[in-house]
Amino acid sequence: MVAIGPARRVVVIGGALTEIAYRLGQQGRIVAVDQTSLYPPEARKKPDVGYMRTLSAEGVLAVRPDLILAIEGSGPATTLDILEHAAVPIVIVPERYTIAGIVGKVRMVGAVFGAGAAAATLADGIAADGAALAAGVAGIVARRRVLFVLSLAGGRILAAGGNTAANAILHLAGAANAVTGFDGYKPLSAEAILAARPDAVLAMSGAGPESITAAEAFAIPALAATPAGRARRLVTMDGLYLLGFGPRTVSAARDLAAALYPGLRLPAGSAG
Amino acid sequence: MRRAAETGDRSGRARLALAALGLLLVAALLGALDAGPVPVGWRALGSAGWAWLTGNAPPGPPSMAAIVLIDIRLPRVLMGVAVGALLAIGGAVLQGLFRNPLADPGIIGVSSGAALGAVVAIILGDGVLAPVLGPLGAYGLPLFAFAGALAATFLLYRFATVGGRTSVATMLLAGIALAALAGAVTGFLIFGSNDRQLRDITFWSLGSLGGATWPKVASVAPFLAALLVAVPFMARGLNAIVLGEAEARHLGIRVQALKRAGILLVAAATGAAVAVSGVIGFVGIVVPHLLRLAIGPDHRYLLAGAGFGGAILLLLADMASRTLVAPAELPIGIVTAALGGPFFLWILLRRRGMMDL
Repeated sequence: MVAIGPARRVVVIGGALTEIAYRLGQQGRIVAVDQTSLYPPEARKKPDVGYMRTLSAEGVLAVRPDLILAIEGSGPATTLDILEHAAVPIVIVPERYTIAGIVGKVRMVGAVFGAGAAAATLADGIAADGAALAAGVAGIVARRRVLFVLSLAGGRILAAGGNTAANAILHLAGAANAVTGFDGYKPLSAEAILAARPDAVLAMSGAGPESITAAEAFAIPALAATPAGRARRLVTMDGLYLLGFGPRTVSAARDLAAALYPGLRLPAGSAG
Repeated sequence: MRRAAETGDRSGRARLALAALGLLLVAALLGALDAGPVPVGWRALGSAGWAWLTGNAPPGPPSMAAIVLIDIRLPRVLMGVAVGALLAIGGAVLQGLFRNPLADPGIIGVSSGAALGAVVAIILGDGVLAPVLGPLGAYGLPLFAFAGALAATFLLYRFATVGGRTSVATMLLAGIALAALAGAVTGFLIFGSNDRQLRDITFWSLGSLGGATWPKVASVAPFLAALLVAVPFMARGLNAIVLGEAEARHLGIRVQALKRAGILLVAAATGAAVAVSGVIGFVGIVVPHLLRLAIGPDHRYLLAGAGFGGAILLLLADMASRTLVAPAELPIGIVTAALGGPFFLWILLRRRGMMDL
């Protein structure tokens, strides 16, 4: 697939790709990562080339890479052009919010690092775990309607619609997104929240003040009046774990399913 | 003005200051070519530059020094010089023309128009405008920003011009209304954006010389050339307008022609600068004011000095932006504001009462 010898000095752009490279034991060949590469924590000790869409050509060249492994959407195009002119191969990995997409990422990272066998094992494990999880949640009759809240800043709810990583992980976990009809993350009005009738609220946990607590979320009258508010059902999970669509995603979806459906029996994973 | 009256003619001092600024610019140019996260020695830079100038590049793939110098630093440095000079001269011309110390390209709609154009390109470029913007590639956004800037200025100018006279007050007020309208449309588009587009917009509005390429340098160069050619002809008129528009007319200045030429020229020039580099605030206001303090309000020296000063400020800020958080890069708008803001306040504190035009 990639017609170049195994790279020795790789710049990895994209949190999921960094995570996969570490899982394949290739961290010694990573010379720099981007701002979104937060896991595993050791990855943050690598030089940081900045935000994936505002890469600086000279910054990237400064770490003397012999290959750049970047998630789809990295840029800007002018930087990629210069890097190409500098004869540094760039491998762009497609971003898909599916298990097949993760498997594809793992195989591509494996090919780039010349670690095809380890990648095949990891990919097969993820695929098998994903299939087992899908079978486990297939029998759920009463799908929970879940509202994913990206932010509560100023008491305004920024919720996930379709075509988002949050929407995809909800489906993997056997739940339904409570809001439909728009793509991306949008502010929701109080009435739209009531109309969405979420059974649970899902949010990202973080160390900082942005982490959302149940007291905070259900202090919003509209949210308090929903089924989720009456049951005070708030699930918080680490942002990258939940939305990264990397090697830990099946495990994140399984954790989410377990939190949403306490009685559900799910198969334990092998790779996650 | 009081100080100027006390000390009399300051043109000797101004010429000296211009010479000093010219030397500083050369030093800043050399410094900016040498600074960067990739360590390349002077010798390698020199031989790569010489090979490029003489067309004697060694066969085979270009060396690291050649790529860093020719593809990255040289276009970036030249773009920094052009953008800094355009913004500072544009600010000085508008402050003179409007007799308003706060005038900058924002006052003639350039900033809001360019921002609207850029947001349209970023957000609708993924949707309905994809067939238009797709083939333009990396140049779609600058073209849209430039068109937005020109359209906004043209609208404002038409609005404020009645019976062949442009009212500065109407233009200022209409500019506020137009900025609000452009802000509303921009806000509506942002409402429909995804988080990737939102980050693109944020970074664009903080400005950067990071996207510098030779075609971008080539596209701002004609605007700088036009402005530099026009500046000597505008200086006398701007000096007369300081006295008031009626007084300037009595001195034989064709005020309306000067206004029209000044506004449209500055709109095109700063529109081009904003289009290639995003919004880099502060340069257009602070550089002319610092120069007025140093060499007085005579536009014959002020405009040329603003060109040098703007270029120097932007080169220094860009050096900081490239090296402070290397291998990542800080948006240059943050650097110009963080370095320039406190410095300007300090100057103001020391010389309160001197800031009137």
